[in-house]
Amino acid sequence: MKKALSIVAMTLMLTSTAVYADDHCAAGQTLTEGKFTIATGNPAYYPWVLDDAPESGQGFEAAVAYAVAAEMGFAAEDVVWVRSSFDEAIQPGAKNFDVNMQQYSITAARDEVVDFSAPYYTAPMAVLVSPGATETAPTLDALRDLKWGAVGSTTAVPKLTSVVQPTSDPLLYGDNADVNAAMSANQIDAALFDLPTALFLSAVMIEGSKVIGQFAPDASDNPDQFGMLLEEGNPLKACVDEALAVLTASGELATIEATWLQDTTGVPLIE
Amino acid sequence: MNTTKAAGLTRREKYEAQQRRRSLIVAATSTVVVVACIIIFIPMTPGWEKVQRSFFNGDVLADTFPKLLDAFKINLMIFAWSAPAIAILGLLIALARDAKSPALFPLRIFGATFTDVFRGVPVILTVYLIGFGIPGLGLPRPWNSPYIWGSLALILTYAAYVAEIFRSGIDSVHQSQRSAALSLGLSERQVMRDVVLPQAIRNVVPSQMNMLIALQKDVSLLSFIGPVEIFRQAGVFKSLTANFTPYVGAAIIFLIVTIPATRYADYLMAKQMRDRS
Repeated sequence: MKKALSIVAMTLMLTSTAVYADDHCAAGQTLTEGKFTIATGNPAYYPWVLDDAPESGQGFEAAVAYAVAAEMGFAAEDVVWVRSSFDEAIQPGAKNFDVNMQQYSITAARDEVVDFSAPYYTAPMAVLVSPGATETAPTLDALRDLKWGAVGSTTAVPKLTSVVQPTSDPLLYGDNADVNAAMSANQIDAALFDLPTALFLSAVMIEGSKVIGQFAPDASDNPDQFGMLLEEGNPLKACVDEALAVLTASGELATIEATWLQDTTGVPLIE
Repeated sequence: MNTTKAAGLTRREKYEAQQRRRSLIVAATSTVVVVACIIIFIPMTPGWEKVQRSFFNGDVLADTFPKLLDAFKINLMIFAWSAPAIAILGLLIALARDAKSPALFPLRIFGATFTDVFRGVPVILTVYLIGFGIPGLGLPRPWNSPYIWGSLALILTYAAYVAEIFRSGIDSVHQSQRSAALSLGLSERQVMRDVVLPQAIRNVVPSQMNMLIALQKDVSLLSFIGPVEIFRQAGVFKSLTANFTPYVGAAIIFLIVTIPATRYADYLMAKQMRDRS
């Protein structure tokens, strides 16, 4: 009986390794051999993932994920999606994903604890204002006097305190939905998001709100670049970076961006 | 009375002293063994270094601790105005539930419903509902501040618990005392104010101390609706550094406050036991 089992296991192993060519750069480096496990947020937000269904490949990050997977030699059906919170992504110990994609900004401090792929998107920060403050001029002076809010776990917080320097203490929230609620309750005038998220919130979530300006992404010393998060020291990073480099060079990444992310040039720069 | 001993310790006393020494040695040895096991074996686990870097990172702690202390002032502020309001509202609810007159029946119903609802609903839901809901009705600034409405959510929830404790204190005063006071010609109101409440409140002080300690921690729930108190500040640092050490820093600050408070509550409890026996 035992022998029979081990023969079955051996055959299985042989067949599963046979799927790859030996030069496949992700071979033997993923969580499950032959599968590429990608984590996204719970829920995953528009326009990064449409309808909270990354399997569809609809939405910017979902599309990038499938493009990267294809470049790495995985068929679409070999991509496995899991959900993770920010905290799960940075906790010490084994991870349940190969890469984690949920608009993680690459920062030096985070990079000490986890690894990031090459950036797949550079996100300018943008100012979303409540219906009562849509006439605010897009200048730092005018923005300073607003009552500010932001999501506490994002890089919007240091940006707010170092660049905008509001006159009253900003209020911080757990997620986009709570910022939305605070804005609806008129507790805050303005909130700082990455531009695509800000445009989505103003168009769909908060009636009458407006994106009045964006910060030039290269203006600050720390442009907000999104990277895929990997466990510290994961050898798969080289493979992912290579795939992203190919996609960038071929212009496919730019095409995906144009498909899923709204044209952002209409939003004025903040002076 | 102490009697002076003629010739040192009795055999009984010697035996007892020996027993005490013995148990002291056993306790000390077992403690040392347990602590040594923790200190030696945990660092030997394969993931220890990573865990240490993520949770007990000295550099991160040193960087963030002063700002966490600063944020803790917000906790103290919210605590300072919520605690007295909770005590007053809790007592009023307890009195409402104790109202004996048939005409005051609606008051009793109100008291019972209040405690049922606010004890039964998770605090965080109350905080969201009142903190975002009421300002959403269209209040002008500064009356829609999350500080005001978030505090109210805490006050309502905790008043429900505190009211129940007060009520148990009121019930602990024997009926015969009320009867005796009434027979002396005191009015119902005087009986409650001068006879029942002074004893009832004293009886429940240790339990109420525990509520204070719990409140002190639950103030952090207000962070969900905006105020950047210590928990949110620690969360911000956690996100920026991808490190959980700021939470440990926050825990240390909480412990500095709660450990003395807990010991004091224990002391009050022990004192009450002694006084009663």
